[in-house]
Amino acid sequence: MIKLDVQKRLGDFTLDAQFDAPAGVTAIFGRSGSGKTTLINAIAGLLTPDAGTIALNGRTLFGVGTNVPTAKRNVGYVFQDAWLFPHMTVGKNLTYGGNHDFDRIVDLLGLASLLTRRPTALSGGEKQRVALGRALMSKPDVLLLDEPLAALDSARKAEVLPYLERLRDTGGPPMIYVSHAMSEVARLATHLVVLDAGRVVQSGPLGDVLAHPASMPLLGVRDAGAVIIGAVTGYDTDDQLTHLSFDAGHISLPGHIGQIGQSIRLRIPAQDIILAGAAPVTISARNVLPVTITALEQGRGPGVAVGLQAGQARLLARITKASLREMNLSVGDQVFAIIKATAVAPENVGR
Amino acid sequence: MIWTPVFLSLQVSLIATICALPLAIWVARVLAHGTSRWHSVLNGFVHLPLVLPPVVTGYLLLVVFGRQGTVGAVLYDLFGVTLAFRWTGAALAAGIMGFPLMVRVIRLGFEAVDPGLEAAAQTLGASRARVFRTVTLPLVAPAIVAGSVLGFAKALGEFGATITFVAAIPGQTETIPSAIYAALQVPGQEGAVVTLVCISIALAMGALIGSEWLARRVVAR
Repeated sequence: MIKLDVQKRLGDFTLDAQFDAPAGVTAIFGRSGSGKTTLINAIAGLLTPDAGTIALNGRTLFGVGTNVPTAKRNVGYVFQDAWLFPHMTVGKNLTYGGNHDFDRIVDLLGLASLLTRRPTALSGGEKQRVALGRALMSKPDVLLLDEPLAALDSARKAEVLPYLERLRDTGGPPMIYVSHAMSEVARLATHLVVLDAGRVVQSGPLGDVLAHPASMPLLGVRDAGAVIIGAVTGYDTDDQLTHLSFDAGHISLPGHIGQIGQSIRLRIPAQDIILAGAAPVTISARNVLPVTITALEQGRGPGVAVGLQAGQARLLARITKASLREMNLSVGDQVFAIIKATAVAPENVGR
Repeated sequence: MIWTPVFLSLQVSLIATICALPLAIWVARVLAHGTSRWHSVLNGFVHLPLVLPPVVTGYLLLVVFGRQGTVGAVLYDLFGVTLAFRWTGAALAAGIMGFPLMVRVIRLGFEAVDPGLEAAAQTLGASRARVFRTVTLPLVAPAIVAGSVLGFAKALGEFGATITFVAAIPGQTETIPSAIYAALQVPGQEGAVVTLVCISIALAMGALIGSEWLARRVVAR
């Protein structure tokens, strides 16, 4: 667990951030220049704050009269550029900081065939897996990841993401995951801290922050949208649809996704939800969920953020002001949320 | 004996390079990472022998390291060491003249090491000393080899500062360049001149080829 309260001035930019990161994956999300990297470097000790405190599992790393050097902080750090040592083999890179759980980590990250290679002979995705393994073998108290996938193309991203999901689900160390890509955050994070111009503007469990209508202007209309977690219940061979069960109800998605019983997390962008006043009689969309409106938030633009309760789960929709007026919606109304099955992008489906 | 100045030159240049190397590595590292006014002053001081007339450097060495010089007197009184007009003085002059070249090349090597690699090593628990030994130094090694060879070659060819500081006493301080110069002053010594010139070229070529080979070995490791 990390408790953090730091201030740092860098030219015109001021970082003034406070948050607690519990076990699990805490994503720090923000636009470029919002101070994400400054924040994570302060945790690693690569940058000294002007004031504040940083504590890791109750141990003060930075505070009045205390500034533990990076080497003694026991943090693992995966950089955007992998920073593998070019003069060492993959195996030597991996054990540079220790060989804690060597066999298990090599197995978990699929590194066995790479051990004798040189970093220059690796693809971008392989480099990041090695960097991840190297950080893990130093047995860190917290794993810091600074945009680890940002330098990779989408195919390489899709190659590395499942390893990070596995790490999260198999009792890895707590992670601080810096990113400006909502699809990564939605798939990996358990907690979300939204940073804007050096300040924390939202923080809390991922589902709560993402489903909160006030988050929409902070995340941007394209990135806003709730994440729901459910399980695979079946696969229809004839229709080639996977059936999923969520607190919000049943959802079908095209294609074969996971095994029966497997946990699935699904991000539903707010702009992909259509609201209907009554249950549609014939409609091509596969997924129609009865929901209750919990909040309406008008922004400065033409859109309105609509908070929805679907069973135990919460969703977020974005509709136009004109639709709001014509449908005469208000908080507490029972409506139907329509999700087009093919609108869900593969990158928004995770474990 | 034609080989006497050759062996003396090799001895002087080798000792000069070996003694100057640790200091050159340290100064190169300091200069690579600093931008303050003191770094500019240090940078200028290190490069002085490169731009001063060598005879001026030789004269300054006499003033400072001569028997009556500020440092020279102390060295003689405390340790009985004399540099002026000795082969050790030739090594000092050669080392000082080669030093700026060594620093320049090694400094480029340090500047080419990305600080991200050192930061990564620190996050893996490595102390500053271990980061330097296991990450920085191996990556700078080719530049150190190249800088050493350049410094060695410069030391082999040093003439002005050497002849001013230690003169050209046959068998004691007469290096290859001094020997060539002396032979040129005497009619009928053309054969010795040609031999020494050929040896000079062979040594220079050998040093360059050797450094290429060494650098490749270092990188491949």
